[in-house]
Amino acid sequence: MSKVEVVNGVSSATEHKVQQITTRTDSREILANAHRDIARLHLDDYFIVDVDAHHVEFDSWSEILDHLENPVLRHNAKSMTQNWPNAKQLAFSNHPVGLTFQDVFGRIPHQAELGEHVEKTEEHRDLTLVRRAMDSMGIKMQVVFPQPMLEMGLHPEPDIVTAMTFAYNRWFTRTILPREKRVKTLLCLPFHDPEASLKMIKEFGETPGVVGFMITSQRHAGVHKNMFMRIYRELEERGLPLAFHAGPTWGDTMTSTMNRFLSVHSMSFVTCNMMHMTNWIVNGLPERFPKLKVIWIESGLAWVPFMMQRLDHEYLMRQSDAPLLKRLPSEYIQEMFFTSQPLEVTMPHMLEATFKAVHADTQLMYSSDWPHWDFDVPARIAGLPFLDEQAKRNILGENARKLFRL
Amino acid sequence: MPATSQKVFVGAGERVPEGGRLVVDIGEITIGIFRVDGNLYAYLNRCAHQRGPVCQGKIIPRVTEVIDSGGESHGFAFDETHLHIVCPWHGFEYDIKTGAHPGRRSARLIPVTVEEAADGIYVTV
Repeated sequence: MSKVEVVNGVSSATEHKVQQITTRTDSREILANAHRDIARLHLDDYFIVDVDAHHVEFDSWSEILDHLENPVLRHNAKSMTQNWPNAKQLAFSNHPVGLTFQDVFGRIPHQAELGEHVEKTEEHRDLTLVRRAMDSMGIKMQVVFPQPMLEMGLHPEPDIVTAMTFAYNRWFTRTILPREKRVKTLLCLPFHDPEASLKMIKEFGETPGVVGFMITSQRHAGVHKNMFMRIYRELEERGLPLAFHAGPTWGDTMTSTMNRFLSVHSMSFVTCNMMHMTNWIVNGLPERFPKLKVIWIESGLAWVPFMMQRLDHEYLMRQSDAPLLKRLPSEYIQEMFFTSQPLEVTMPHMLEATFKAVHADTQLMYSSDWPHWDFDVPARIAGLPFLDEQAKRNILGENARKLFRL
Repeated sequence: MPATSQKVFVGAGERVPEGGRLVVDIGEITIGIFRVDGNLYAYLNRCAHQRGPVCQGKIIPRVTEVIDSGGESHGFAFDETHLHIVCPWHGFEYDIKTGAHPGRRSARLIPVTVEEAADGIYVTV
């Protein structure tokens, strides 16, 4: 840093310490402008809960593979990491091509890597990075998810999916979760295998910091099938929420026609949850499990008014197709929970109408999705002109505090 | 911004090379100064989208798509005549000369008056 000459009474003018943000830049520097929002918007007065953020489990992939229970699978995976130069952080994963398009080819470095310096201590590096992000944005608690593990729903080998889901969850609940009370999680279920999912819920359902369970939404599964009912019943009886976490695919019949990641991301991050919500409502799952709280994560919000209107319109003409419903589909949707990111803000009047439609005051929960390329800072909610003070407070944290009993 | 503006000497002209930038702190304000085709442009380090640190982003020419007279695409190309600054938070791109997003011109960077004198670069804040 070099001092520069100053005239006319300004006390100092210095070269900024980081001229260009790269994958090696400290999170606190990347998020310095978000940190300024804390004072500008009095964010310290809010109990901010971020219901969707991520750590980068590939950085700990070898440790995670050590948690594979089956010795043959553990050997197979570790052999891949040792012998294949490109598989050190990929073995047994289902890393799709689109994920490496997310940083817009070097334009958004933090999406590609948080490669900043962290002093080597007994504390896990990921925990340091999570704390830096939370403190930079004024977040009190954060629900932390993995990243490539969210793609496991399309992995070709179900037994590997089950084994890896247990390995990741055991690693996370032993290595990260017990060391920071501000970190919470909704653990992935090996949803294709109901027996294994029940085992997962029983193993971790009472683990401190586990506030519910999650289905990765990119999968070819009808959530209404009888085989899954035991999972919903178990969660309902335990009072644990069930989340659907969206993700991308470039390989289904729709997205395989597309040539740009913009198109793939715009559609597939939403259509996966549209599909599951449709099956969920039409098959009357809210009537079968009335106490089960359902959360839709990382699809934004603009799709929800579409679903409400579309399903209501069709239901009124085809009531016999959905005989379990006692109300309009939109009325069930209004009792579900949603996370806010990525908040579609380009048409403010439609955003305001969307907030009203989804009963945002009680059902919407702020999420950052940090460190993803389309993350939202808390100012996204705190700065909305049509929200009253209590609504801001609820969305930024109180709705999550109530739902997760924080 | 202070109520009264002040002219601040930033440094010698060569500190902002052609196609490059200098990001400086003046009090609580951070400013990016850029040089394109010999001219200087300066903006607050605050993206119009979510107030990200736009001036610390990647500098890259605008991407265009080559379309022939029949309407067929022949792929991407860089338009070297339009240099962009890209916000590293979310990728919002701005033409450095205009400070405007090429697809939504109302999304603009906040300009700062910059001038180059014989002894170097001055900004008014």
